[in-house]
Amino acid sequence: MKRVPAAAWTVLIWIVLLTMPYWMNAVGGYTELASRVLVLGLAAMSLNFLLGFTGVLSFGHAAYFGLGAYGAAMTIKYIAPSTPLGILVGVAAGTLAAMVIGALIARLRGVYFAMVTIAFGQVFYFIAFRWNSVTGGDDGVTGWKRQALDLGFTRIDLLGNDKAFYYFVLFCFAIAVTLMWLLLRSPFGRTLLAIRENERRARFLGIPVEQHIWLSFVISCFFVSIAGTLYALLNNFTDPRALRWDQSGTFVIMAVLGGMRSFWGPLIGAAIFVVLQDYVSSHTENWMSFIGLFFVLVVLFFPRGVLGMLRRKGVT
Amino acid sequence: MTQLLLFNVFNGLIVGAFYALMALGLSLILNLSGVINFAHGGFLALGAYIAYTLTPYVGFWGGLAIAPFATAAVGLVVERVLIRRVYGRDPLYSLLLTFGLAYIFEDVLRAIWGAQSVPYPIPPELATPLSSEFFFLTGYRLFMVGLAAAVVVGLFLILNRTRLGMRIRAGTADLETVSVLGVNVGMLRTLNFGMGIYLAGLAGVLAAGMLGLQPTIGTSLIMPSFVAIIVGGLGSLPGTLLGGLLLGVASGITTVYFPSATEAVIYVMMGLVLLVRPRGLLGEEGRVQ
Repeated sequence: MKRVPAAAWTVLIWIVLLTMPYWMNAVGGYTELASRVLVLGLAAMSLNFLLGFTGVLSFGHAAYFGLGAYGAAMTIKYIAPSTPLGILVGVAAGTLAAMVIGALIARLRGVYFAMVTIAFGQVFYFIAFRWNSVTGGDDGVTGWKRQALDLGFTRIDLLGNDKAFYYFVLFCFAIAVTLMWLLLRSPFGRTLLAIRENERRARFLGIPVEQHIWLSFVISCFFVSIAGTLYALLNNFTDPRALRWDQSGTFVIMAVLGGMRSFWGPLIGAAIFVVLQDYVSSHTENWMSFIGLFFVLVVLFFPRGVLGMLRRKGVT
Repeated sequence: MTQLLLFNVFNGLIVGAFYALMALGLSLILNLSGVINFAHGGFLALGAYIAYTLTPYVGFWGGLAIAPFATAAVGLVVERVLIRRVYGRDPLYSLLLTFGLAYIFEDVLRAIWGAQSVPYPIPPELATPLSSEFFFLTGYRLFMVGLAAAVVVGLFLILNRTRLGMRIRAGTADLETVSVLGVNVGMLRTLNFGMGIYLAGLAGVLAAGMLGLQPTIGTSLIMPSFVAIIVGGLGSLPGTLLGGLLLGVASGITTVYFPSATEAVIYVMMGLVLLVRPRGLLGEEGRVQ
């Protein structure tokens, strides 16, 4: 079997993404499901910037995803009914929090890093859960809707038109993913790979490893908070579950399932996971067991992920 | 006010004892096998439900005696069949595996025993307050603290005075050498896992008597246990114990002055510890990496 060149994959993926709303119904899906794949795919790809390309395991990315969601929801509800402003505030909230927490944890490694990210993730969960008067507590931020996009010459109705919203999400996704791709190709991105492959050697070469890991963490959280804002807009709602630790676990499994060492892998993992979850939860009450079993099976039988398997087959 | 404060400090101590029992089990497994056991909360809940089911037949004391061992037995099977497959691999995989197990546990418990909270009966001789002035000092609460303390002392005796404990400590320091010296490392890890799960099961039975019983009982205790390990210092069991008690008391005191921050305070403490002493209060130098 000959290896398919990377460029062909990229073109194929963009074609699929651009046409998705038009064939989603034909294969039993719906446009909102397509938007969901994009949003969670972006989140998983953001996590993979840190996990797959810097070699640092964060199990707490839901915190920044959720901060993005809350930032967007509360801005639109309390400050001004503007979708772009909501996204801006949400992303700023997530990124700022990541800067502070990243500074506390950039020195830690391995299991310890993972544990501390899990634990810190819970801080924001409890704030959202407890601070009833502002965040709505367990019920979440309700009573607001995503606003139409005013471009000056025209208004795009994001609320009533599912397809318009999908393409709005795709637009944000494309910007984020292109930025991510450029970053990974830059000298900075190459340095991150060097740290992943051999941290000690990187250190001997004079690379300030802690600073790079901090920056990689912040960049990764910046992207995941974009996904978070889009998630809130998608649901017209957000609640503390968006920032709880099980959400973080979902991002990690998506990245692993698709393939951590590939750029597009996490998107494919997210697509598989979202479709599966949608199917299982509409067919059985015991969906948690199925998802749990899915985690176990992925770890035991697909540790390299879908793209990792394909790639290995291509080599041999 | 003093009474309220005392009440909450004592309450915090009890909660801290739960955290410590759970965190010690997590720590044992983490130190020897490098596995963060997300399913620990599930085991805790399982222990509580087993005791709940047994109590009508063997009484409270019988349940308390049998359930933790039964839980540990389930733990041994899970370790043999699943957990051991991820030893030596990236910690990512053990996290995901036990994460999936935690999901399955919660769902299965709910399917068997229902989602509603059920009361867990404790013997009447333990349920009455010891004095009217200190109404919160029921026999059960004192008993819980006493038993938790006894079990912790027992654990440290096992680790420091027995051959098994010596091997566990040696394995924590250098597993390869221990293996070369002829110790069956696979068996050592299994037994060590069983001990950790025993502590979870015991904490579950005790917690059920105080908090009531629902499938999510373990989930609410697992995060503070992680924090206890981080605050106490990775790799140090005395540190884990100290961390657990410290967090319990701190959240107890916070309840008096600033109730809505009861959960958040432990994360603030974690942030402070990481800022000042990244390896934790009693953590050894070099284990951070």
